[in-house]
Amino acid sequence: MSSSPQSPPIQLPDEHGHFGPYGGMFVPETLMAALKELTAEYERAKTDEAFHAELNHLLANYVGRPTPLYFAERWTQKLGGAKIYLKREDLLHTGAHKINNAIGQILLAKRLGKTRIIAETGAGQHGVATATVAARAGLECVIYMGKVDMERQALNVARMRFLGAEVRGVTAGQATLKEAVNEAMRDWVTNVRHTHYILGTAYGAHPYPMMVRDFHRVIGIEARRQILAAEGRLPDLLIACVGGGSNAIGLFHPFLEDNGVRMTGVEAGGDGIIPERHAARFQGGRLGVLQGAKTYLLADEDGQIQLTHSVSAGLDYAAVGPEHAWLHDQKRVQYTYATDKEALEAFQSLSRIEGIIPALESSHALANAIKVAPQMSSDQIIIVNVSGRGDKDVAQAARFVFGEDLKF
Amino acid sequence: MNRIDQRFTDLRAAGKKGFVAYIAAGDPSLEITREIVLALEEAGADIIELGLPFSDPLADGIVNQMAADRALKAGATTAKIIELIKDIRTVSQVPLVLFTYLNPIYTYGFERFHADAAAAGADGVLVLDLPPDEAVLNKELMEGAGLRNIRLIAPTTPKERIALIGQEAQGFIYYVSREGVTGAQTSLATGIGEQVALIQSASQTPVAVGFGISNPDQARTVASMADAVVVGSAIVKLIEQHGTSPDLLVKLRDFVKPLVDAVKSV
Repeated sequence: MSSSPQSPPIQLPDEHGHFGPYGGMFVPETLMAALKELTAEYERAKTDEAFHAELNHLLANYVGRPTPLYFAERWTQKLGGAKIYLKREDLLHTGAHKINNAIGQILLAKRLGKTRIIAETGAGQHGVATATVAARAGLECVIYMGKVDMERQALNVARMRFLGAEVRGVTAGQATLKEAVNEAMRDWVTNVRHTHYILGTAYGAHPYPMMVRDFHRVIGIEARRQILAAEGRLPDLLIACVGGGSNAIGLFHPFLEDNGVRMTGVEAGGDGIIPERHAARFQGGRLGVLQGAKTYLLADEDGQIQLTHSVSAGLDYAAVGPEHAWLHDQKRVQYTYATDKEALEAFQSLSRIEGIIPALESSHALANAIKVAPQMSSDQIIIVNVSGRGDKDVAQAARFVFGEDLKF
Repeated sequence: MNRIDQRFTDLRAAGKKGFVAYIAAGDPSLEITREIVLALEEAGADIIELGLPFSDPLADGIVNQMAADRALKAGATTAKIIELIKDIRTVSQVPLVLFTYLNPIYTYGFERFHADAAAAGADGVLVLDLPPDEAVLNKELMEGAGLRNIRLIAPTTPKERIALIGQEAQGFIYYVSREGVTGAQTSLATGIGEQVALIQSASQTPVAVGFGISNPDQARTVASMADAVVVGSAIVKLIEQHGTSPDLLVKLRDFVKPLVDAVKSV
């Protein structure tokens, strides 16, 4: 089946979870056995037809795949350059790409006999996706979320609670995604025998970056087939936002061996590249180890992790997925950033011209399309991943754009 | 001889068990940490673990998280803590282990860290998020001579892996007595004796047991099963409560002495 996590064309990571010098398993000893157990079970599932059959059935009938590849004709005309196609992950059940991974991991959790599910969430999309699949599986679910994120994503907090999950607010440090991951790891270390941690991005210790990527490859596999059907050729450029990097790696990976296809990952530029006011790890980040993986991260000269900022909670994270670090060094993917202001402008532009309200995370990718499309010719093609829908961001955006607090 | 090895050799010769104390270096200040180390030694601690603070201590419970936070706010850095060790060595030969996460020492430079810490007089290093698997896979993590690499074994560590870690262990093996983060617990974990016996059958290296031990009864029970007992969060909590008070060192000795006595009574 084309929408299964198949063997990737480029055989990385290696058996230790390394993408070149990046990745690995940098965790406390207590978790090593669980990670190895998970890796082994995932390898078994990959070659198990029954696993793929169940996954594909759920992707089609519950998650809502395939998602459309939509030609944004009016937006293309407005920008006046390359033809822009949008991969509509925003149309999935729960409203973002995150469920591709959550549904795969819950099947693994059941195979492993785990009875309790935990997850971290930033914007709340992964938390909602996890709460959703846990509800469907009838498993206990606890979601860790920074208190700051709970405020800016209040709608998603309510959704998780309706779905039966317990949302635990994290007040440590900056009270955003990084602290939520720390707290989820502490829970996992404590309850590892019966708990599965559904990590939500292509980050953390092996096998997570590989496994999360594989569950999201369906995005790129579909997009590749769809653009060939629509245009009879491959696109010139793929654009996706990069927090941990799950939606980007899902779109990019099936195109990696198509040398004519350029790729751009867009990080959160926040208020601009000023220390502690952005989350663009490839702009002034350094090599280090955080939360299980070796990668580029934002740390000071003493190795302490720095504060980050982004208008979008889902991109507001100090480290980038290890495979992105590898692709960056290989120069296979170009990494750039969009500022808060640029993302908010793209958010409004797509809403008004195409009638699609994108997530603030995805708006960073769209902001890059606004920049580059006019410099390209009208016979060139761009695919932008609209990784999620913007309902959750409406209150936050209204504060910036209309200068008023919405009352629901 | 490395001070840790010497201490365990002496303890074994005397038929005694060891007491290991953990504190967060730089909490409430580096100057007071120096006094705390000397007070702990005077109270009978055999080995002292100095926590080198990290912003994201994901294996630590709330007490140690807050202590790391205070230490960082008070200006503790890797370089200053190495200087502190140099200073302590002018007055004390108590074995010292640096207890930390990989990123601060990775940023300092792994090799340079080993060289500088050993030259200053540190005896061992325990990196919570550096399993032996990765230590051998990353060229820049080749460990220098001088510092003993203290390895962790957990209740979840399978038998074959215990053998593997046991064979290459140095200084002592830190057995994490429960699944979870650091922090005092009201009851001891179960199965400590069996796991320690399993480790001792796989390795000659002494076994210290920690995580959740906070009172003399627990310390005595654990000392009867292992080579040494580690108490951390309970001491850190005391420092949190009395950190800048003139009574701190007295309170510390009053708290630690009974723990040491319990361990030595076995």
